[in-house]
Amino acid sequence: MSNAIHLHYEVSGEDFTRAGEASGLVKKTLKKLGYNSDAIRRVAIAMYEAEINMVIHAEGGYCDVDIYPDRVEILLADKGPGIPDVEKAMQEGYSTAPDNVRTLGFGAGMGLPNIKKYTDDMRIETTLGVGTNVYLTVVVNA
Amino acid sequence: MGNYFHSVELNADKCCGCTNCLKRCPTEAIRVHGGKARILPERCIDCGECIRICPHHAKSAYSTKIEEIQNFKYTVAIPAPALFGQFNGLDNIDFVLTGLKKIGFDHVFEVSRAAELVSEATRRLIKEDKLKKPIISSACPSVVKLIKIRFPELCGNVLNLLAPIEVAAKIARREAMEATGLPSEDIGVFFITPCPAKVTEIHSPNYAEKSEVDGAIAISKIYPELAHAMDHLDEVEPIAQSGLLGIGWATSGGEAAAMLGDKYLAADGIENVIRVLEELEDEHIRDVDFIELNACSGGCVGGVLTVENPYVAQARIHNLRKYLPVSLNHIDGRSIDDMMWTEELTFDADIFRLDEDIIRAMEMMSRMEEIREGLPGLDCGSCGAPTCRAMAEDIVRGKAKETDCIHKLKAKIQSVYDQLKNTI
Repeated sequence: MSNAIHLHYEVSGEDFTRAGEASGLVKKTLKKLGYNSDAIRRVAIAMYEAEINMVIHAEGGYCDVDIYPDRVEILLADKGPGIPDVEKAMQEGYSTAPDNVRTLGFGAGMGLPNIKKYTDDMRIETTLGVGTNVYLTVVVNA
Repeated sequence: MGNYFHSVELNADKCCGCTNCLKRCPTEAIRVHGGKARILPERCIDCGECIRICPHHAKSAYSTKIEEIQNFKYTVAIPAPALFGQFNGLDNIDFVLTGLKKIGFDHVFEVSRAAELVSEATRRLIKEDKLKKPIISSACPSVVKLIKIRFPELCGNVLNLLAPIEVAAKIARREAMEATGLPSEDIGVFFITPCPAKVTEIHSPNYAEKSEVDGAIAISKIYPELAHAMDHLDEVEPIAQSGLLGIGWATSGGEAAAMLGDKYLAADGIENVIRVLEELEDEHIRDVDFIELNACSGGCVGGVLTVENPYVAQARIHNLRKYLPVSLNHIDGRSIDDMMWTEELTFDADIFRLDEDIIRAMEMMSRMEEIREGLPGLDCGSCGAPTCRAMAEDIVRGKAKETDCIHKLKAKIQSVYDQLKNTI
């Protein structure tokens, strides 16, 4: 579709303090567009969680965001270790986050379950030792 | 777009067209065109940051002149508690209240008294579980206006109780009518204000059709006369009826502390406030029931119409609170209906979005990106917009042209020169 707006962000895995910047910028763009506010909230939360995951577990990666009038599609791609058991990772409370980020309030095992809760479609492609692609879609509710 | 009243004004004679206010404005509401700063009225939240930063004192706040109290048969001053932090060595606020009577008011009613009622009403609503949590304080009008134009998902979290100034004005007016037998229009209720946002609010309230307050006099304007009167008092009348909870509202954290709970957060300074609102909107702030936000650093004592350093004022307020009863004003079993907002806070979507039509907005956004990529990215402000991104936006909105950028203009002149040189 030609009238999509495409945004691309590199997410650094080296500086944890910058995690969440990409989702913040997407939120800003959606607000300028006058996007549906409930959809903005869901995109901001889901993308934030996925972005944090990418920094905690995979040393960063990139995000591609496509904004359509009726939906937002997001790809978060990393070259991390991959997820050994996706089903288990989707369970609430399951986490493999290291202690140093738990002290910041992360690692409650709510990342993936929250992403699922706030998006209309979520797909994970993961290969051990190669990386993970997370595809998210948030549809504007009429 | 509606009519916007703003108390923040520009004195064009003093404005030299520099970029100080342009860069400081938290809502990007200022542009410099034709060598003079201009405020975009729909975006201005009256926080007063531009007044604070302007080295040429070209920005000021409109406020009521004290002579205007003569237009009423009976007048009541309702001072903000921040006023009490402006005087050195003050240990009894009755000096200030008596001083206000000496300079012309017939009666004085402390806004801090109403603050105690608002706190009690809030505690009652929390107990009855009638509010959407976390509750955001509605006391700072700049914050309320900011939420109204930038944070659609948070409009429902704003406490729908009147700010203490309005509650104070209502009670003061009713008491004055009972005491004098005069009709409402003969009674003038004047707020002694620390900030321009309150001046704006009484002219065009966020929450009701009409304010109960007739005018707002800047603390900085009344200060010399008041300080002089306080030095020459024959006797000090026992007027004060505020407890420490009400006085505490003058500084950041005071209102939150009056919730008497421990799940609260208080942020001050407009940039910090924006950060908290962003995080709230993204649901990153959890386990907090009440959020107090003040546009000014330090809270109301940091208002741009005060005279004293906010941190000195804060220390004085702290001292004044010592040995005061916790609270002297109580709702008891009465209804709080007359303290509730009569209008709901609704999001004003038109202010920042590019277009009503999403397809058109997306086209504009794409063009904006193209334009922005061609700009130097210095955010120098010379074009009159605060950043290159804002400049790109102004261009697609048809409010600026690319050659307003001096770097673009320079390149264009260079290319014309090169062409001419070749033809000669």
